[in-house]
Amino acid sequence: MTVEVPTASHHQLGEEDVRRIVREEVASAFAKDPGSRRAAIIASKGTLDWAYPPLILATAAAAAGMQTAIFFTFYGLNIIHKDFTRKLKIDPVGNPAMPMPVPMPDLVTAMPGMVSLASKMMRSRFAKHNVASIATLLDSAREFDVRLIGCQMTIDVFGYTQDDFIDGVEFGGAAAFMSMARRSHVTIFV
Amino acid sequence: MSEEITVDEVVDARDLMCPMPILAASKAMRYLEPGQVLKVLATDRGSLTDIPAWVEDTGNDLLSSGNEDGALTFYIRKASEP
Repeated sequence: MTVEVPTASHHQLGEEDVRRIVREEVASAFAKDPGSRRAAIIASKGTLDWAYPPLILATAAAAAGMQTAIFFTFYGLNIIHKDFTRKLKIDPVGNPAMPMPVPMPDLVTAMPGMVSLASKMMRSRFAKHNVASIATLLDSAREFDVRLIGCQMTIDVFGYTQDDFIDGVEFGGAAAFMSMARRSHVTIFV
Repeated sequence: MSEEITVDEVVDARDLMCPMPILAASKAMRYLEPGQVLKVLATDRGSLTDIPAWVEDTGNDLLSSGNEDGALTFYIRKASEP
């Protein structure tokens, strides 16, 4: 093996050139890594507001060419339940971040009927701003081949059956998720 | 500049919010041949960063972007298969 002796041209490589070459090499290695094209997301929350992030991130990942899976566990099962439109609600109690038409103390937001009122308000506000509905996002997820995986353990504990979930849902456990997650650079817990 | 680009398909994503412009563009891109150009119209200001990021992630080329009649416009050339 011959060792190349540095010549004058090597000395003309400035610090910026070296940085650029390293950047390009890293980018090219990253592009070749299958993990950069996979995303594994956990959806653990079952309220209307928290149903959006996993579905939005998963569909955006899939549209960017990533193999994407969402693992629905605990209350997150609400999102893929056949009755998701009725199950997904928002509770204004103890949620100081929720935008209100007028400031309301918890004593008021805790009154009967406030959960359905707040849920209705959120749905109409989202619709007014042309944000896709949960139904549309679920359709898009399936159209873009996002895997929707229901956690079998919590399905059993909550007394659901596999028939309670929308078409296209698969079922699995923690090991199935971890197997995907270890091969995915993107793992998100919602 | 955009006058010189031949557009093969147009996606009108005006009034749609994140992530729908990306999903609509991605769906349209499936049916284009490499080298063909997709024009995307959007009003979601998140598209200003979303569309270039999506174009880069999918290996396509953002030929130009701008503003036409109050809508953000993006001209994207489909790359050959990786």
